[in-house]
Amino acid sequence: MATAEEIAAQQFSDTVASCRPQIFRFLLASTRDVDLAETLTQDCLLKAHRNWSQFRGESTVMTWLMRIAINLQKDHWRNRRLQFWRHASANSVDVEEASSWLPSGQSSQEQQLLAREKVAHVWRAVEGLSERQRTVFLLRFVEEMELSEIARSTGLSEGTVKAHLSRALAKVRAELGGK
Amino acid sequence: MDSKQELAKQAERQAELEAMDPALRQALGDFKASVHAWSDAMVSRPRTVQQTVVRRTWRLVAGGVLTSVLIAGAVTGELYEHHERQMQQARFAAERTAAQQRELAAQRAHEEQDLLAKVDSDVSRDVPSALEPLASLMAEDATR
Repeated sequence: MATAEEIAAQQFSDTVASCRPQIFRFLLASTRDVDLAETLTQDCLLKAHRNWSQFRGESTVMTWLMRIAINLQKDHWRNRRLQFWRHASANSVDVEEASSWLPSGQSSQEQQLLAREKVAHVWRAVEGLSERQRTVFLLRFVEEMELSEIARSTGLSEGTVKAHLSRALAKVRAELGGK
Repeated sequence: MDSKQELAKQAERQAELEAMDPALRQALGDFKASVHAWSDAMVSRPRTVQQTVVRRTWRLVAGGVLTSVLIAGAVTGELYEHHERQMQQARFAAERTAAQQRELAAQRAHEEQDLLAKVDSDVSRDVPSALEPLASLMAEDATR
């Protein structure tokens, strides 16, 4: 017979396993660093496992995990700013490499090239966003989260989320228009 | 989340996208697809463990070198300590011999002093007997 701990662990494993790819994707888009995104994803799941008993179900598991991931990411950048003598993160891929990934559809070579250019423009705009704007933008347009979920994940009000999103979109639009 | 809510959200998203100009909508769609493709490729990519193995080998080598250095240090320390102990024992022995010699010399000096004192006392005892008549005369003068 399984103990209560084993049941809780199994329940955690089942619930969280489905969220892992989404957490990793968000962190990868935020950092453009595969190794860092994997490390932060692991840290996120570890932290979630430790605090699983405190999860009351007031939000979805995804929102809760995303909040942990955002906080871990913030801590990471804060620590890196303090440790300025360390080798700066050179693992982040550049915009060109990041935009080279496109789903293999039936589109022609020309269309693929065009799409790649557009993606590179969006990456450049994302690069110029503030940390909050970038987080809100990625959660909305890559993870397709609702404004209320984004607000809960980031700890901001819905109004603030809308404002950040609007500014982020304006910058993306400007980058696309300026090509 | 029930299907009604899901549908409402989809409708809201659709309305939001339709409100955008087509170029922006297309760019955001491509961007999303690109990030998803990249993430999926990274999640399913084969992991290499070569670097870890190399790092472990280096750790083993470093560990071996460190152990050798520690053993060599311990042996050298022990030898040095042994040598120091021997030197100290030799110093103690030399000091002991010097102290014995000093004691013997002092004893000899004392014996010589005793002998001289004895000779002096013998000589001083002989002198009054030689001057005995003079002493008795002096005694007679005193009784008068």
